[in-house]
Amino acid sequence: MLGLNTKDTRLLLIVIALTLSTPILLQPFAEGTGLAQFNAGYPDLMQRFAIFGIFAIGFNILFGLTGYLSFGHAAFLGVGSYSAVWMFKLLSMNILPGLILAVIVSGLFALLIGFVSLRRSGIYFSILTLAFAQMSFNLAYSVLTPITNGETGLQVTLNDPRILDGVNASPYTNLFGLPMSSSVKLELLGRLFTFNLGYYFCAVIAILAFYLSLRIFRSPFGLMLRAVKCNQQRMSYTGLNARPYTLAAFVISGMYAGLAGGLLAAMDPLAGAERMQWTASGEVVLMTILGGAGTLMGPVLGAGFIKYFENIFSKINDTVLHSWFAFLPDGIEDALVFVVQPFVGKGWQLTLGLVFMLVVVFLPGGLMEGGQRISAWIRRKSRKDDGRADSEHRPGTSPHIAE
Amino acid sequence: MDVILLQILNGLDKGSAYALIALGLTLIFGTLGVVNFAHGALFMIGAFCAVTLSRLINLSYVTLDPVKTDFLGNPAKIKTPYVEAWFGPETGAWLIDWSVPLAILFAIPVMIAVGFIMERGLIKHFYKRPHADQILVTFGLAIVLQEVIKYFYGANPIPTPAPELFRGSFDFGVLIGFDPNAIIYPYWRLVYFAFSALVIGAVFAFLRFTTFGMVVRAGMADRETVGLLGIDIDKRFTIMFGIAAAVAGLAGVMYAPINSPNYHMGMDFLVLSFVVVVVGGMGSLPGAVLAGFLLGVLESFASMNWIKDIIPGIDQVIIYLVAIIILLTRPRGLMGKKGVMED
Repeated sequence: MLGLNTKDTRLLLIVIALTLSTPILLQPFAEGTGLAQFNAGYPDLMQRFAIFGIFAIGFNILFGLTGYLSFGHAAFLGVGSYSAVWMFKLLSMNILPGLILAVIVSGLFALLIGFVSLRRSGIYFSILTLAFAQMSFNLAYSVLTPITNGETGLQVTLNDPRILDGVNASPYTNLFGLPMSSSVKLELLGRLFTFNLGYYFCAVIAILAFYLSLRIFRSPFGLMLRAVKCNQQRMSYTGLNARPYTLAAFVISGMYAGLAGGLLAAMDPLAGAERMQWTASGEVVLMTILGGAGTLMGPVLGAGFIKYFENIFSKINDTVLHSWFAFLPDGIEDALVFVVQPFVGKGWQLTLGLVFMLVVVFLPGGLMEGGQRISAWIRRKSRKDDGRADSEHRPGTSPHIAE
Repeated sequence: MDVILLQILNGLDKGSAYALIALGLTLIFGTLGVVNFAHGALFMIGAFCAVTLSRLINLSYVTLDPVKTDFLGNPAKIKTPYVEAWFGPETGAWLIDWSVPLAILFAIPVMIAVGFIMERGLIKHFYKRPHADQILVTFGLAIVLQEVIKYFYGANPIPTPAPELFRGSFDFGVLIGFDPNAIIYPYWRLVYFAFSALVIGAVFAFLRFTTFGMVVRAGMADRETVGLLGIDIDKRFTIMFGIAAAVAGLAGVMYAPINSPNYHMGMDFLVLSFVVVVVGGMGSLPGAVLAGFLLGVLESFASMNWIKDIIPGIDQVIIYLVAIIILLTRPRGLMGKKGVMED
């Protein structure tokens, strides 16, 4: 189906099913119970899952396939956001023109930066992309204030021209009149499910993005990119020029980032320069590595993991901890809270950093490799007579999920 | 002329910090071949050594004043730092005043210990892994160190003043025959520059004139042969890692009065220091120092008003711009050696 083999079709269908049922799946705990705060099924967070999933999928096309580690991808995210907001200001609050412009502008920007940066590889490439991104960030904060509105961030105001919109057009971001914030709420079994138009829009785009990346992974072009990662020298000896392929990968991943930035602006029409800072670039690196670089599902998982951490894990404070450990004797309770407390709540980044380090040290293939190891272990347990345990001895080379 | 001199002087203090951090980075890279993204965090830890020591020295006990009362009628509390009680009021006050320079003595062992633990505990296992993995794991470590500091010291910058003697500015121009008030320069920045020149000189002298340094240099050139000669080169490289950490830490200690330490100062400096290393040439110690000062001075020139009028925003991007040009035209950097990280 759609040019995919059976296995990939199954994977895609699973992804579609999971994505569409996210508002239900992420709301497993009943309202009013102590665990309800772990529900992630509210629109804002789900949108972020989808958007940063797109961002990470795009980054993975570059890093996972070619091995070029870009430390400046947030620049494209920021550029995408700015272009989308400008479209909302000038043309229409309909999000489609904004998204299209975001993709185009970030693609052009990526072409420019990629053309220069890809002349070097390895750590130099990382530093070059980092330098370009920091330059864009600094400029957005200072000189480009007329375009970016500096520290305040670019916002949509009521007296913007919006030439395509009529007088009575909706002042909110919308899709042909349907506002992004409109949602249907459903209460079932004590759980509150929110089906939000914005989320479903992001989800559909994310599925398309995933499909495209699946096709790229399976295409001759994807094979070329893998060849770049594997052995660029040998590739050039066989008469192939690696540069056009890597540049294409760079531009594609830049466009993914721009799309993600555009979607961020579409969900909340605001664009700030901090989206371009290098820590934001670092975040997408974290997502991709955490999930598993070079795998299809890994980056999405990583993005979800980090965003869940950022939004849910960070809410656990002392009071919550005390209520968890309340069944223990007082002294032990206090001691446990004292031990756990630095790692949760405001300290979520500490836990994230530790998890990230553990993953890099012990699981170079990320969470995907972890999952595979566990499933391999279970399989081996189930048929012990099979003898040789081979999956343990293939560290580093991460097999793809759909293989 | 005096304007140019002033800008050079202004660039020196930042340049010194860049040079010191880049020197440490290059030492680590040249000896162990590791790209250390946690080096900025070491700089930050150094700055927090100064904060810690000044807090330790300021520890006080409270006594009740027999005569005075506060506005509620309770006896007024008098805080007396322990050092004043132990060493007498004058020595105590002097210790408190000089806590930042004293922190140098405190920071050296701390930083060397931190460096040892980092190298033995984590980075050792990454020699054989690709550079991307090294970047990633040290990046993770940087996040962890930063968060640990944030947990203990909070997110706000902590003012850490220089000794009374070095606060304020003086008229540097008069000393070398310019008009009065042409070049006003803060004392502490001069101290910082002199200090960093001293540290840089010490590191170079150590590498050049001691047997240990000779072995390390030989190991940088050809690790395998040195190993075959029966020298435990790994151990020496670990010590070099400790020294590099100490250099970054010292840069941080002395920088504390210039810029109040906060938990993300390391990350801010890290990016620039990497740019400095690349501009200077991967693996070249003199290159790192030269590029550090050069970029610091260039940055301060670019922030002059008339230059900003010609090219708006140049002060924000000059360093990155220089880095990009250098990387594209002189891939080895200013003083990079042949065969070091060329791809």
